[in-house]
Amino acid sequence: MGSNQTQHRRKMTLLCFLIFSAMIGLMGRLGYLMLCRSEHYSQMAEDLHERERTIKAARGRILDANGVVIATNRTVCTISVIYNQVKDREQVIRALCRELDMEEEGVRKKVEKRSSREIIRTNVDKEIGDRIRDYHLEGVKVDEDYKRYYPYDCLASKVLGFTGGDNQGIVGLEVIYEEYLKGINGTILTTTDAAGVEVENTFEDRVEPVAGNDLYISLDVNIQQYAEQAAYETMEKKGAKRVSVIVMNPKNGEILAMVNVPEFNLNDPFTLNVEPPEGITPAGKQELLNQMWRNPGINDTYEPGSTFKIITAAAGLEAGVVSLEDRFSCPGFRIVEDRKIRCHKVGGHGQENFLQGAMNSCNPVFIDVGQRLGVDQYCHYFEQFGLRAKTGIDLPGEAATIMHKKENMGLVELATVSFGQSFQITPIQLITTASSIVNGGNRVTPHFAVKTVSGDGMRVHRFTYPIKEHIVSEETSATMRYILEQVVSEGSGKKASLPGFRIGGKTATSEKLPRSLKKYISSFIGFAPANDPQVIALITIDEPQGIYYGGTIAAPVIADIFKNILPYLGIEEETVSSESKE
Amino acid sequence: MLSLAGEEGRHLAKNNKPRRFYDYSLLFCVIFLMAFGLVMIYSASSYTAQLQHGDASYYMMRQLKIAMGGLAIALVISKLDYHWYARFALLAYVLSYVLMIAVAFVGKDSHGSRRWLNVGGITFQPTEFVKIVLIVLLSVVITQMGRKINSLRAVAAVVILTVPIAGLVAMNNLSSGIIIVGIAFFMLFVACEKKWPFFLCGALGGVTVAIAGPLATFLEKIKLLKPYQLERIHVWLDPEAYPMDGGFQVLQGLYAIGSGGLVGKGLGESIQKMGFVPEAQNDYIFAIICEELGLFGAVSVILIFLFLIYRFMLIAANAPDLFGALLVVGVMGHIAIQVILNIAVVTNTIPNTGITLPFISYGGTSVMFLMIEMGMVLSVSNQIKLEK
Repeated sequence: MGSNQTQHRRKMTLLCFLIFSAMIGLMGRLGYLMLCRSEHYSQMAEDLHERERTIKAARGRILDANGVVIATNRTVCTISVIYNQVKDREQVIRALCRELDMEEEGVRKKVEKRSSREIIRTNVDKEIGDRIRDYHLEGVKVDEDYKRYYPYDCLASKVLGFTGGDNQGIVGLEVIYEEYLKGINGTILTTTDAAGVEVENTFEDRVEPVAGNDLYISLDVNIQQYAEQAAYETMEKKGAKRVSVIVMNPKNGEILAMVNVPEFNLNDPFTLNVEPPEGITPAGKQELLNQMWRNPGINDTYEPGSTFKIITAAAGLEAGVVSLEDRFSCPGFRIVEDRKIRCHKVGGHGQENFLQGAMNSCNPVFIDVGQRLGVDQYCHYFEQFGLRAKTGIDLPGEAATIMHKKENMGLVELATVSFGQSFQITPIQLITTASSIVNGGNRVTPHFAVKTVSGDGMRVHRFTYPIKEHIVSEETSATMRYILEQVVSEGSGKKASLPGFRIGGKTATSEKLPRSLKKYISSFIGFAPANDPQVIALITIDEPQGIYYGGTIAAPVIADIFKNILPYLGIEEETVSSESKE
Repeated sequence: MLSLAGEEGRHLAKNNKPRRFYDYSLLFCVIFLMAFGLVMIYSASSYTAQLQHGDASYYMMRQLKIAMGGLAIALVISKLDYHWYARFALLAYVLSYVLMIAVAFVGKDSHGSRRWLNVGGITFQPTEFVKIVLIVLLSVVITQMGRKINSLRAVAAVVILTVPIAGLVAMNNLSSGIIIVGIAFFMLFVACEKKWPFFLCGALGGVTVAIAGPLATFLEKIKLLKPYQLERIHVWLDPEAYPMDGGFQVLQGLYAIGSGGLVGKGLGESIQKMGFVPEAQNDYIFAIICEELGLFGAVSVILIFLFLIYRFMLIAANAPDLFGALLVVGVMGHIAIQVILNIAVVTNTIPNTGITLPFISYGGTSVMFLMIEMGMVLSVSNQIKLEK
């Protein structure tokens, strides 16, 4: 037994040694894991524990010329569920369906989805969010958030544009100035347990959000509202499809108002402003929405018609091929090559000088001026006036001019272009070019944005816009002002005259294509005071019913608008009659 | 370092009571481990216990009561002569069969396995009972065989005694089955003269682990391994490739261990215990120890276990008879296997299987029976006579 014991002892020692070796091996393994792999695993663990939450930056406001807020932010709620924390799924689904007015199927899918956080709906009104919070449902999170809010609902809807679900600009100024408005989101890094609950008293990393810049624009809410009212009245009275009004400062291109009725509600941009037809497809509705959001003053081109005679006249005067006293004769038509082009007055205007021709808006007179210039010179001035390029307005989707190529332009095309037909420009292009001709010859850039101011008011950025000087001489500009004042005081634009104010302007009645439809766009462009234009306005009435002459239906609307906004702009009524002046 | 009496008399002089040895350092070591275990259970479970039971100390208090009871029982057993309960070994062995069959039919489900038995209001895991019974039974059998243990027939007898009950245990609890076989293996290793069959077995096991990946794929192809078992092997080889499925627990354990670094985050500062490591107070408590106390704390814990095993070895080497020595070897094997396998699982050294860390992991049955085993070892130590 004794030797047996010795042998047993040896075995025990050996066993003990083997166990020691195994444990020391495990220590080595631990050392490897906790020293060499420590960084790897602790990084992975941190990624698992840390949750990044975004703190949304407040979007910059938009303010008008007087500092009135026209786009701001409102608190809304984001409703989401955290799978691990939801106790009673059925109750959650029922409550959310009821409060959010959503289909059960969709809600159920989201609530039952295994994910760390599933967003049920964003942009929920604060009241509804508060109600949901009052249920005290476990695993349902109500996070407050900002949503764009437009206090005036429809005001300048097609100019301002609106924002999408993530508060990003979608159309209008909101998208053009996105970089200035959006701000920088902040983040909170928190440590959470496996259920996603934040652990208290742990290290928290916080990056504060930076609010977006406030955008100050030249638009004046008072002028905009008055123009909008006038446009709606006209649209109703004339049964028109659309009425657009642009009011601008011709000296610097600042736009004071841009109305496109019917407008839409910016706080509810996905609802059509007209009754949708029965059985409309989603694609069809989207098409109608796109149409509704369009800004026809900028995105659509049209044949300007007689208002374009301003450009032909300015080109003729600048080139010296015509003067105010030049005699013309109108038999009611003009034959150019093999084509007989009619004047709007069937019997003709008879003998008249250039000034009278302009006052009568006589087509043959302007055909003659165009012919005297010739294709080359006409195209030269077309380009010099900036008509071929875009105006550069700070709104998205400006349409380009549709014009004959110089090499394809014959005398017939030249004749039609001379009185504003057979080519297309945008209303903003017309008003900008007219401004440049009457303001002394400086081509301005139409714009809204004046400056941005950072959220804390510390940093101000002023926008500057290019001005192309001397597109016409000061002298030609003065003559044009005189001609256009005569058009209003005694010519076709008589209905735009306003006692006590000197107003210049030009009427137009454009036939829409195809001409067989007999649909018209009536327009009038007017400015005041005629000797030193401080405000210029263009109205286009799309497809008016009944009388469609621009001089009859468009001109009085501008007179009405001017009557209200001229005193507002500080343009004094003059006691002296306008005729006394040159 | 230790002044342990070497030679003991073959015949006890009953009239002249000699001074008896009592291994206080082992006792205090065990008490320390349990106290440390309670602290770690509180640290690992307080967050989830607060959420689930509304009482942060829920698990710790339950463990504390059982540990106190276990300690009392251990002290009583340590004063008994260990030869006394040898006579119940066969009866207990039969009883363990009964219990294991009972648990298969009327056991309580927990985590998809039937492991719990309810006897007169007390719920416990019979597998723990089986371990202790087998230690006693094998000690009795091997001692009775004497020198015959080196014959093939004797070894076969031991195998027949062990394998069927181990298989029965393994049906529901694979790791306990492995531990039971391991205990028998250790006891045979000490009892037998030959070494090479054991080293051969050990080497075979090592090779299997080394080529586990290809081997498992091959075994699955010839339908010896089920697909889910193959997946478990794959998860073991690359847990990061299976972060959501099988690899979740292992990976979370590794995150905890890796986050610890050299000195750890500090007691109570673990993040992984907040529901990331499932039931952090159980099998994966060592991962939380690593996260909170770092490599420093983890190595200290292993060193304490090493000291424990060293004490076992001394007691076994100085035991008055072979029976006592084998009892201690059995207990040493039990504890050593569990510690090694637990740490190996937590560090993803071997595939994941549920093994608790002795004295530290939460679990009433485990602590109770471990304390009974400690009582047995202490009673062996108490039979050692000290030299004058």
